[in-house]
Amino acid sequence: MDLLEYQGKQLFARHGIPVPEGRYADTVSEAVSAADELGYPCVVKAQVQIGGRGKAGGIRIARSSEEARDHAEAILGMDIRGLTVGELWIERASEIDAEYYASIVFDRSAKALLVMLSTKGGMDIEEVAASDPGAIARLHIDPLVGFQAFHGRRLAYEAGVDRDVVRPLGSMLTRLYDAFIQEEAMLVEVNPLIVTAGDGTGGGRDVAALDAKVTLDANALFRHPDNAQLRDPSAEDPQEQMAKERGLTYVKLEGNIGILGNGAGLVMSTLDVVAQAGGAPANFLDAGGGSKAEAIVAAVEVILSDPKVDAVLFNIFGGITRCDEVARGLIEAFSRVDVEVPFVVRLDGTNDEEGRGLLAEANLPNVHVEETMLGAAARVVELAGGRGDGRVEVAESSEGMGAAGDPSGVADAGEERLP
Amino acid sequence: MSVIVDGETGLCVSGLTGREGSFHAANNRAYGTQVVAGVTPGKGGQDVDGVPVFDTVHEAVERTGANTSMIFVPPPFAADAILEADDAGIATVVCITEGIPAHDMLRVYTHLRRGSTRLIGPNCPGVLSPGKANVGIIPAAFFSEGNVGVVSRSGTLTYQIGHEIAQRGFGNSSIVGIGGDPIVGSDFIDVVSLFEEDPETELIVMCGEIGGDAEERTADHIAEHVGKPVIGYIAGFTAPPGKTMGHAGAIVSGSQGTAQAKAEALEARGVRVGRTPTEVAEIAAEILGGVRA
Repeated sequence: MDLLEYQGKQLFARHGIPVPEGRYADTVSEAVSAADELGYPCVVKAQVQIGGRGKAGGIRIARSSEEARDHAEAILGMDIRGLTVGELWIERASEIDAEYYASIVFDRSAKALLVMLSTKGGMDIEEVAASDPGAIARLHIDPLVGFQAFHGRRLAYEAGVDRDVVRPLGSMLTRLYDAFIQEEAMLVEVNPLIVTAGDGTGGGRDVAALDAKVTLDANALFRHPDNAQLRDPSAEDPQEQMAKERGLTYVKLEGNIGILGNGAGLVMSTLDVVAQAGGAPANFLDAGGGSKAEAIVAAVEVILSDPKVDAVLFNIFGGITRCDEVARGLIEAFSRVDVEVPFVVRLDGTNDEEGRGLLAEANLPNVHVEETMLGAAARVVELAGGRGDGRVEVAESSEGMGAAGDPSGVADAGEERLP
Repeated sequence: MSVIVDGETGLCVSGLTGREGSFHAANNRAYGTQVVAGVTPGKGGQDVDGVPVFDTVHEAVERTGANTSMIFVPPPFAADAILEADDAGIATVVCITEGIPAHDMLRVYTHLRRGSTRLIGPNCPGVLSPGKANVGIIPAAFFSEGNVGVVSRSGTLTYQIGHEIAQRGFGNSSIVGIGGDPIVGSDFIDVVSLFEEDPETELIVMCGEIGGDAEERTADHIAEHVGKPVIGYIAGFTAPPGKTMGHAGAIVSGSQGTAQAKAEALEARGVRVGRTPTEVAEIAAEILGGVRA
């Protein structure tokens, strides 16, 4: 679960991590009074979970009440890469001496926690990692030992930070680690982590988090009821929201073929096979293990609520899931929902014959039963009208569903500097 | 032969008295697995269809000689159950539970790797050694004894691929679901190494999916240490960009974690990659030739 910037900063503040003072606003008048309270200059920042806010004009500096009003009016309701801005964070502007980068992440390869620190903050850290990997100091932390003061010193000296901020930086890393552990985060990223301007004589400099990217472990929210309240339903697609309410795993895609399967691996494989057959999947929907009839009805409702869907493929391999239950669910769904598109159903595994028997008996309109996964994929592509719009060529696909490629990460970095 | 579970397995089920635990333990037992004990704190002294229930794993091990644990307890209590099994001297722990907090698993993993206890899962379908033992939720009826070892991050996809291989007349030495969580007890390399040493296994099939770099690392391991033929499959060529780990995750893996990158890494190391479950089965049949298990 990804937090918005202001939610991340409030979480940081609870753990003693220095952040610029700020206020939340979701109306223009609230934004202006927040800015007046904080004083000028201040920064008006769009709160959306996507990168490129600065470039899109979603982060603006206000030097007066009038400017704060103008910026709030411009940013609220603004569309940033498909997301409508409904919330603002108004923040006191910071005087910046240097921009660093710090993060803590689950390292799946090493099966350990990894802490990273770099003096090359304020830019795309992936670019730094590619062009100058030595500029990022990295240290694995044993979770049974925890983050010790020497870890902070090692990272600070290896990254080559200015000597006068080694101590405050070490203390900030310790607090970030404590926050990471106590809140059960999967990722904590600060970019830029700023060195504030000192007293003008080279002394008195400190560090602060000018941005906050926090991903919490959704599986651990039961232990963190306050964090569980932070969900941002406005950021979710209506179908995805509907699916979540019904306990289904659904990801919306661009195509016109609705997909339902049981088990994430099989559903991903089904998307691939449909794409190979020349079709374009409209969604990923995992009805889960042991799918009962009720879950199937809910899944059909979610899939058909997407108006792009021209045909639907059910690909079930019954293990715990019983194919007769799936068939019952489909029959029930047809009795409750107005179905106007063709369905292709492939049932294999536990009670598959019973399931196919039930479907034959029910004789549902425009439901086609196929024997094999490949046959079913070919059939649904044909019924959806041949090669769908926006089809995905398998060989060209370069995006992953897992650990990579979050577009909403560090792109904002460096856009908050006072001109 | 087979790997991880076999006729010597003496199974202790944590969560035996629960709905899921009792259902699947009964299935495992009906298959021929020696289910010797169950553990539910507070229910010691009871039995489930004749299988004695104990309050602690320690007592279960002492009284029954159980050597393998299957975990079926809810996510908030699963890490505790794994650590209890380890502490009681259990050699192999198979954790089926889905949704265990990642920080719990990180601590469990870090502790276990300092000892010798093998953990399979969590969030996995378990291990089936056809004709010998079934520990978990794999529908055993679709598989028979044979010489294809299968290791997978996914459940139903494994059944699909295993079933297509079975339809061509080949059976399995073992089918191992390692689980899809960020932190799992055993990874592809661990299980591929077991198959490499297992005399019955003649062909290894590994089913991966997008995310992380486990498949890429396994490709390197296969090139250096595995003599048996390996077929790969990767799910998720058309999956949308993920949002789980952010940029820092991409830096860590040193790879984009895409299906394309994984398939290429495997092929570059001489592992043939099937583009559909059907193609995996076709390649398997081609490699094994007319030799039916």
